[in-house]
Amino acid sequence: MMRDLKEWFNKGEHWVWFSASAVSISVVLVVGLIMMITYKGMVHFWPHTVHTFELNTNGKVETIVGELHQQKMKEVMVDVGDGVKLKTEVPQYLMKVGNRDVYGVDFRWVDSVNVVNQQMQPATNVVVIERYEWGHVYGQFNALKQQGKTLKITDENIPLIYELLEKSNHIREQINQIEKVVIGGINYKIEGLRLEQKKLALEGELTNEIKVELASKKRQLNKDFEAQQDTLESLYARLKETGEITLDIAGNKTIQVPINNIVKLWQPNEMSLLDDIGFFFHSMGSFLIEDPREANTEGGVFPAIVGTITMVILMAMFVMPMGVIAAIYMSEYAKEGVVLRIVRISINNLAGVPSIVFGIFGLGFFVYIIGGSIDEMFYEYALPNPTFGTPALLWASLTMALLTLPVVIVSTQEGLSRVPMALREGGLALGATKSETIMKIVLPMSLPAIMTGLILAVARAAGEVAPLMLVGVVKLAPELPIDLNEPFIHLERKFMHLGFHIYDVGFQSPNVEASQPLVYATSLLLIIIIVSLNLGAISIRNRLSEKYKSLSN
Amino acid sequence: MQQVSTQDGVKSLSRLEKALDEKTIQRRIKRRDRVDAGWKGLVSVGGVSIIFAVLLIMFFLVYVVLPLFVPAKVELRSEFAIPGGSASPTLFYDLDEYKETAIRVDQSGAVTGFDLRTGAIISQTKLALSGEKITSQTQVVDDEKLMAFGLSGGGVLFVKFSYRVSYPNDQRQIDIEVSYPFGEDVIEMSAQAIDDIAVRLSDSEVVVATKSNNENEVRLRKFDKAESLFSDSITLEEASETTIRSSSDLMKLMLDISMRNLYLVKSSGEAHYYDIADFDDIKLRQTVSLTRMMDDEKISSIRFLLGGFSLMVGTDQGRVLQWFPVRGEDNLFRLHQIRSFNLDENQQIVDINIEHARKGFVTLDNQQQLNLFHSTAERHLASVDLGTNGLRSQVTPRADGILIEKDNGKVAFYDVENEHPDVSFSSLWGEVWYEGYSEPGYVWQSSAASSDYEPKFSMMPLTFGTIKAALYSMLFAVPIAVLAALYTAFFMDKKSRAYIKPTIELIEALPTVILGFLAGLWLAPYMEAHLSGFFALMFVVPIGILMVGFGFSKLPESLRVRMPVGSRGLWMIPVIAFLGWLALSLDNSLQNMFFGGDMRQWLTVSAGIDFDQRNALVIGFAMGFALIPTIFSVSEDAIYNVPTYLVNGSLALGASGWQTVVGVVLPTASPGIFSAIMLGFGRGVGETMIVLMASGNTPLMDANIFEGLRTLSANLAVEMGETELYSTHYRVLFLSGLLLFIFTFIFNTLAEIVRERMRKKYGSL
Repeated sequence: MMRDLKEWFNKGEHWVWFSASAVSISVVLVVGLIMMITYKGMVHFWPHTVHTFELNTNGKVETIVGELHQQKMKEVMVDVGDGVKLKTEVPQYLMKVGNRDVYGVDFRWVDSVNVVNQQMQPATNVVVIERYEWGHVYGQFNALKQQGKTLKITDENIPLIYELLEKSNHIREQINQIEKVVIGGINYKIEGLRLEQKKLALEGELTNEIKVELASKKRQLNKDFEAQQDTLESLYARLKETGEITLDIAGNKTIQVPINNIVKLWQPNEMSLLDDIGFFFHSMGSFLIEDPREANTEGGVFPAIVGTITMVILMAMFVMPMGVIAAIYMSEYAKEGVVLRIVRISINNLAGVPSIVFGIFGLGFFVYIIGGSIDEMFYEYALPNPTFGTPALLWASLTMALLTLPVVIVSTQEGLSRVPMALREGGLALGATKSETIMKIVLPMSLPAIMTGLILAVARAAGEVAPLMLVGVVKLAPELPIDLNEPFIHLERKFMHLGFHIYDVGFQSPNVEASQPLVYATSLLLIIIIVSLNLGAISIRNRLSEKYKSLSN
Repeated sequence: MQQVSTQDGVKSLSRLEKALDEKTIQRRIKRRDRVDAGWKGLVSVGGVSIIFAVLLIMFFLVYVVLPLFVPAKVELRSEFAIPGGSASPTLFYDLDEYKETAIRVDQSGAVTGFDLRTGAIISQTKLALSGEKITSQTQVVDDEKLMAFGLSGGGVLFVKFSYRVSYPNDQRQIDIEVSYPFGEDVIEMSAQAIDDIAVRLSDSEVVVATKSNNENEVRLRKFDKAESLFSDSITLEEASETTIRSSSDLMKLMLDISMRNLYLVKSSGEAHYYDIADFDDIKLRQTVSLTRMMDDEKISSIRFLLGGFSLMVGTDQGRVLQWFPVRGEDNLFRLHQIRSFNLDENQQIVDINIEHARKGFVTLDNQQQLNLFHSTAERHLASVDLGTNGLRSQVTPRADGILIEKDNGKVAFYDVENEHPDVSFSSLWGEVWYEGYSEPGYVWQSSAASSDYEPKFSMMPLTFGTIKAALYSMLFAVPIAVLAALYTAFFMDKKSRAYIKPTIELIEALPTVILGFLAGLWLAPYMEAHLSGFFALMFVVPIGILMVGFGFSKLPESLRVRMPVGSRGLWMIPVIAFLGWLALSLDNSLQNMFFGGDMRQWLTVSAGIDFDQRNALVIGFAMGFALIPTIFSVSEDAIYNVPTYLVNGSLALGASGWQTVVGVVLPTASPGIFSAIMLGFGRGVGETMIVLMASGNTPLMDANIFEGLRTLSANLAVEMGETELYSTHYRVLFLSGLLLFIFTFIFNTLAEIVRERMRKKYGSL
């Protein structure tokens, strides 16, 4: 046995096993990580069962109703008689009890030792309400108060509440439309007029005629504004008319929830599996299309999605021509020599320079120097308020273009080098110039490779956060970078980004526990986007190499 | 079918001829050539612009950093006769922050306001001295012009000078105002003329120390500030008084900002350090020679540095010594010499003046020189020949100008360009003894609320943190990545390789912000609770692998053949998962067995090791994980490209698989693996989000794996957003960016060169 073992070691078999295991470890880590995020991200959308139990802390008994969010083992000293204490582990539960305005906290750690009879049960008839403010409510329907009348809520008239809720959400939608789009547009125009006047005054072309004209325009806009304000007022009044509901909550208390403060309500313990699945997809949908609420810890990530996509598209527009031209130079024009070597080293360095260095370069050069000069030249009237001399969408995409340039170059170059020499020679032999050969034969053939590079660049830009923190991303952008106001794409605006959203909500939010599920969900979204982009790129590349294999045969 | 008529044929022929016509075709060819040439130009410029982009980044970083190391520029702006005449000697000058107006106060109490550009007198007033003369003076508050004057009649008068800025007709006009914050009445301290005075005030108290002519004692008085019931004015009410016996040859009384440290300094260099916190119990803390009695070196000028804490002692042998009290091991403060600034031995320091927002100071000496220094950075910034000896100087509030009264009866104003005196090579990389610290150290602390704060820009903790983070993660990443690369490239069958390789490379695509978030919010607390489990991992997994491996070799041949080496990587996956689970579930019993139930507790209490939840171990795992694909990918390529005939030859000679790896594959592929490791290290150095989120960001210099750290990159992410444009802080941050750039530049270029060499070598094989 010992001799076998010795021989086994001598042959170096153990190293083979270690190396095989190294592969397995890597795979386990990747797969485990992705599975964990998928699970935790998905759970966020699933309707949790609401539990209820009695808690006995030092003789004081209280009822707790809430969702079980986490469970961990905690050591406690348990008296086993004769003064001997033993250390044992008991589970500890993290309960989301909601009703923040009444209890003061959303989350509570509960020792299972203190749970009476050690059991949790699903609460009966419990309603969960997601509110626009103050988080969730867990309770039971009591009464509906509407225009001074109070109505006891029974099973029969629950549909009435859903009806009211639908009505209130409908009004809210209208209000949102007016506040964000219409009034936002009017404000944008008024600001435009103000700047125009300043600009003309600075150029010395502000005549009284123009002044009057601007003033009348402004008056018209103000009138519009007031009209909209009136509409809003009536809508708000109607919103108020929807009444409020009273719920009984744990601890023998009641809570009033105005219907207009309800995002949605559901009765998780009475839902069938089909209802659950419907709820799952519905909340996933609202996660994608809603604005964030409550300092980003609730609601959706719509602005972050829009911001990411806009930035990435702009970046693609900058990086594509640059990268393709550089790649063409390297594989079609440059001769092997010092210059090409330096170019290669430069590209490698561009790929290796830490992303945060691109960030400070973007901030110092693009934002302060170029942006500052643009402001002085074209937007002097708006100073000292910077227009382009501040972190913005344009600078973010330029910085990211620089960052992802090597990705596009390397990929394009690979594609170019795979185009058989014979095709080029054929083109040249037929009398085409070199540029014509490249444009008409070589580039179209390597289009998939260019696409691969672009996709990889986009994936990189979507996941990169560090440089963006410096050149244009904010935690909460009041306006989207694209909207209905001319010129539709606002290059000078700051924007939100999925990656930064994760950092911000996960680390800067005041209520880390409450926001964690949302961070996992956002991470999942980001991973899905990036992994599918990468898989797409890989599959294009694979198909490409198949194609060339047949071509060169 | 229609027949083509001859005419048509002729027509088309002529068209063809026309098209082939010399001129047309030449034109066409020319046009196409032009397009072609244009293309070539455009593409070449585009290609070479990549070099330009890299150079631009580098030069821009250098361009921002460079002003940090530029010496100060001092230029004479104007010179004129002493405003108000030199009949009565000058007490002091004061300047406004626009470099436009100034005040001169002389011993007779005349206050002369004058234009700093021309010397023209703007206003003249007299202080309410009732015929007495000013015999001594002290500035009470550093950044405010509140002065206390000792008078020839033995009284003390508080006077405040201020500039009122107004804009009549859009022109800036500055008026000088003189006010008496504690009333025009003098406070009687003595019957004799006051030779020297030191005053400090806090929100509620004023402490006055005076020494009168021919007296052997220093009088101390403490006053309470009392607000008058009827008006806004504040009066001083005496609270207590005492005296300290002293010799009559005192040169200077120095009372520091804390109002408890009083230094009695003699020109011989001897100083007595008293603790006067309690007037009923004055303690002599220390008697020390500030010049260390070297060669009869004598003190020729002394004053506090900005902040009222450090003593700047100028000697007659051209030295300026900085002293401040330092807490000793017995918890008592003692004066220590912190650093010295040396001029020539014959340059007697005549006057020391300080900047009002930084720790800079200006000296005048008897060799007609003006010298500009910064204390923390230990920088000698400029040396100017004045043409004649200067007597006294005053620095503008923004430190952009110096006024000098010369011994030829003239006043000169010098413009100073001195943006960043507070950084030097020694302050960035060396140990610096900061005010209030008990010993020199490497400290990064870039901002604070007060203006007399000493910024601490040491690159050492950040560089240390960067390397610490990179090294710990390499410790995790390199073995796994290189071994995995070996296996994937050499042992694994083609079919599994096609799936496994992209799977591992997928890690590279995972956004680091997600890894950082998981590391900071999930892994760090989990690891804190299951610390021994993680250490168990390091033993259980390798031993488990060995046991499985050896057990496998004992299996019957028929079974073994069915599980070839090439698929081990796949079926080990569940084994590894099980081993990992096993190690972590051992955690509880391990903690109970060895660490009294809680390893974290045990570490801090029993082993005395500091523990932060977000520490280098977490970083090692999380960032190591992120580095795996970089190292894996490049070294896998290198190993895969080892020529097969080398391998086959080795195998044919009877070497086992691993013997071939060690004898043939590794030596051939080692440059590639080396460059892979360098690339990985380069990436680890620059990685930002993971360290930002999971390291705690504490700029410590401690190799302890359980403590946090702050890297250069994370520091940039944290501080860049809130720094002021073109401030010293901004430039220092760019310097750390430049460092990162250079660092990765070196590593990447080396790796690229090594790889290129290898490519050539294989090309020839």
